Amino acid sequence: MATLNAHIPSGPLALKWTRHRNESRLISPANKRKYRVIVVGAGLAGASASAALAELGYEVYNVVYHDSPRRAHSVAAQGGINAAKNYQNDGDSVWRLFYDTIKGGDFRAREANVYRLAEVSAQIIDHCVALGVPFAREYGGLLDNRSFGGAQVSRTFYARGQTGQQLLLGAYSALCRMIAAGAVKSYTHCEMLDLVVVDGHAKGIIVRDLRSGRLGRLNGDAVVLATGGYANVFYLSTNAVNSNATAIWRAYKRGACFANPCFTQIHPTCIPVSGTYQSKLTLMSESLRNDGRIWVPKRPEDCSKPPNQIPESDRDYYLERMYPAYGNLCPRDIASRAAKKVCDEGRGVGPGGRGVYLDFSDAIRRLGVAKVRERYGNLFDMYREITGEDAYQVPMRIYPAVHYTMGGLWVDYNLMSNLPGLFVIGEANFSDHGANRLGASALMQGLADGFFILPVTIANYLATVDPARRPSTEHSAFAEAESLVADRLRRLLDCRGKRTPSEFHRELGQLLWDYCGMARNRTGLELALRRIPELREEFWHNVTVPGEATTLNQALERANRVADFLELAELMCLDALHREESCGGHFREEHQLPDGEAKRDDEHFAYVAAWEYAGPDRAPVLHREPLVYEEVQMTTRSYK
Amino acid sequence: MKVTLKVWRQKDAQSPGRFVTYPTPELNPNMSFLEMLDVVNEELIRRGEELIAFDHDCREGICGTCSLVINGKPHGPHRGVTTCQTYMRSFRDGETIVIEPFRARAFPVIKDLIVDRSALDRILWAGGFISVRTGSAPEANTLPVPKDVAERAMDAAQCIGCGACVAACKNASAMLFVAAKISHLGLLPQGQPERYRRARAMVEQMDREGFGACTVTGSCEAVCPKGIGLEFIARMNRDYAMALLKGDPIQRAAAAI
Repeated sequence: MATLNAHIPSGPLALKWTRHRNESRLISPANKRKYRVIVVGAGLAGASASAALAELGYEVYNVVYHDSPRRAHSVAAQGGINAAKNYQNDGDSVWRLFYDTIKGGDFRAREANVYRLAEVSAQIIDHCVALGVPFAREYGGLLDNRSFGGAQVSRTFYARGQTGQQLLLGAYSALCRMIAAGAVKSYTHCEMLDLVVVDGHAKGIIVRDLRSGRLGRLNGDAVVLATGGYANVFYLSTNAVNSNATAIWRAYKRGACFANPCFTQIHPTCIPVSGTYQSKLTLMSESLRNDGRIWVPKRPEDCSKPPNQIPESDRDYYLERMYPAYGNLCPRDIASRAAKKVCDEGRGVGPGGRGVYLDFSDAIRRLGVAKVRERYGNLFDMYREITGEDAYQVPMRIYPAVHYTMGGLWVDYNLMSNLPGLFVIGEANFSDHGANRLGASALMQGLADGFFILPVTIANYLATVDPARRPSTEHSAFAEAESLVADRLRRLLDCRGKRTPSEFHRELGQLLWDYCGMARNRTGLELALRRIPELREEFWHNVTVPGEATTLNQALERANRVADFLELAELMCLDALHREESCGGHFREEHQLPDGEAKRDDEHFAYVAAWEYAGPDRAPVLHREPLVYEEVQMTTRSYK
Repeated sequence: MKVTLKVWRQKDAQSPGRFVTYPTPELNPNMSFLEMLDVVNEELIRRGEELIAFDHDCREGICGTCSLVINGKPHGPHRGVTTCQTYMRSFRDGETIVIEPFRARAFPVIKDLIVDRSALDRILWAGGFISVRTGSAPEANTLPVPKDVAERAMDAAQCIGCGACVAACKNASAMLFVAAKISHLGLLPQGQPERYRRARAMVEQMDREGFGACTVTGSCEAVCPKGIGLEFIARMNRDYAMALLKGDPIQRAAAAI
């Protein structure tokens, strides 16, 4: 049985990180080079961690399934990155960023971790500017900011609508320098398919070279998972098509606890689904809500009219009406739910009535087309490419879509899971965003974990192990893990059924969207918990995967990922069912206030739900890490 | 609508490739080009045939993974978009569409439509960075960057590293890619200390990788999904010439002592 100790340092909140750094173990430069760290993933968290660890002198292996680390999915983040710089003189501070994040997460995140995140945020901007990230500037040459949801200050730094791309290229450039120096060995086209645990410690991974199909063994003194989130379990999400949960799921099955799996983020501003062939959904950056106004017709019978023929008096700017203090900039979970509500009332627009307008006509009148183009040009272009419509002339149509997962592997304050030697950073862990993440905070967390936190905290583990006694790849644990992986691939190929991996994936995604999506209830979750094991059973008998395991085989890659999604989905529903409250993105219809807002239950559910794998035919074990707020008062979230 | 596909199939780098013709089922004009390939592949899987291997990931034009030469043009018929942002409404009902991989000596075929573009990364390793140790950066606003300079750097930094410029060029030159990377860092004040060293190292690595020379036909600019301009190549050439004139800065410093 796992024991969870968050290892939160004692002392006042504002001094915890400083104190922890002072008390963390150090390893001398001469000894650092004897340690080898395997980092899986090269998004913001993985690339920055790989670079920073290599700069310190550790030997680093960086493993990605992409053909280049610079293609990791962080590249697609659009809007920006938060930092408590207070360059706008609008009253921002570390405390405010911390508080906004904790409140935005509906008081389901760990206080000490979030404070630390806010604390290092300013340093991230300094470092990224030094790396050459071309952030937006004002005419005086200093950095510009914009506003994002869930905050009343402007603290978001951005590079047009491509902030994630520019930050990733910055982090990758730091990684390039270390690859060139021989300090990082870069494994591309390599997908992690299992974690190797020796005497209870994470000591390596099994990888499959996606070009040759060959399985390989990598050993190290610690393993860092920076493999992103699992939003693609829904099939349709804003994630890149290849994003998957396999690495964290295999770690879970090797004993790492999975925390809050049901906390998923549905982003309010995405391009609506247009057909069954669709392979993914496209986000329209939250930054659009700075200047765009969201509305639907007041009367259902107006929904089919062209939007510019609906007079001002017949429009319902529902976010401004319901949440006057934050208006269109209320947090994502709230904006998404409100969109669902007005569409459920029959006031949605576009095909199937699943859409709301995001209207820029006021902004264009106020600022002029040129200014709007400067701020959002690439997003308007993207919208036109996909929909064939010109958002300078007609309002955009948007609808919520799955975007991010706050849940992930459980980690302590050192970002180490309950499996010693296994560290989890970025979206792959659960720690900072509670039940809802604020916009522009994912990039912040990825880089905070990778550049500034893990390089300090990993030494607390490494100092306790002897690199001379690192198990070799000939150890029986490696052989056992590799043969399990090989067996499983063979089983997938030998199935020779009738349905494609994508068909199963699509069906699973629809189940989750219907019963574990924006609104959940007991009946639906229980139904999903019956259907998912049936679907999984059918998958293993009726999936068809052509080709061989010993060559590049994209059908096999997909089938292998879908197999893991089919297990993870069940855990998500189980978690959603057990959490008899509404908080953040987790909205249980049975638990709402009279006005339809989320009804949290702090007395019974102010904890992190960390699930431990108990074997193939046994229910996972639930561990509860109580959320103790030393300096923040838990209140009902209000954006009114 | 329906179309006919003529697709390049190649088992691996060693085997010879050939075109194979596939009819498509009924398509929706609002499908993306890659979703059309998904539909064709689903049919192939159901028949137990190996699917058409192609590179893709974000499907929103930013990761640079998707490639494909469609009817002779990298990233398809439209300017300023990637293959994944190309939609079937851009094609005629009944049209025959020819799909090939990005072809260049420096981009060997791995399988079908997937090529190995790691040469581009090795150019970046040679110098595509500013040497700054984590933790040592000064406060961000101590270094003002004029807005127009930052915007110009961003114009270059937008490069998604897809390699379409190489595929379009009759010489398979990677000059537009390398120029974008050199210009992004070379325009910014942070990039000045290593500016010439970087330009020289990256250009030399580009030559070692077997990319061709530039004869300024401009086909790279025409297919670039991010609209990176030829003027960056001129800028790179100036930096490279300057680097040659200046010589190795380290040897120079040593000589001065």
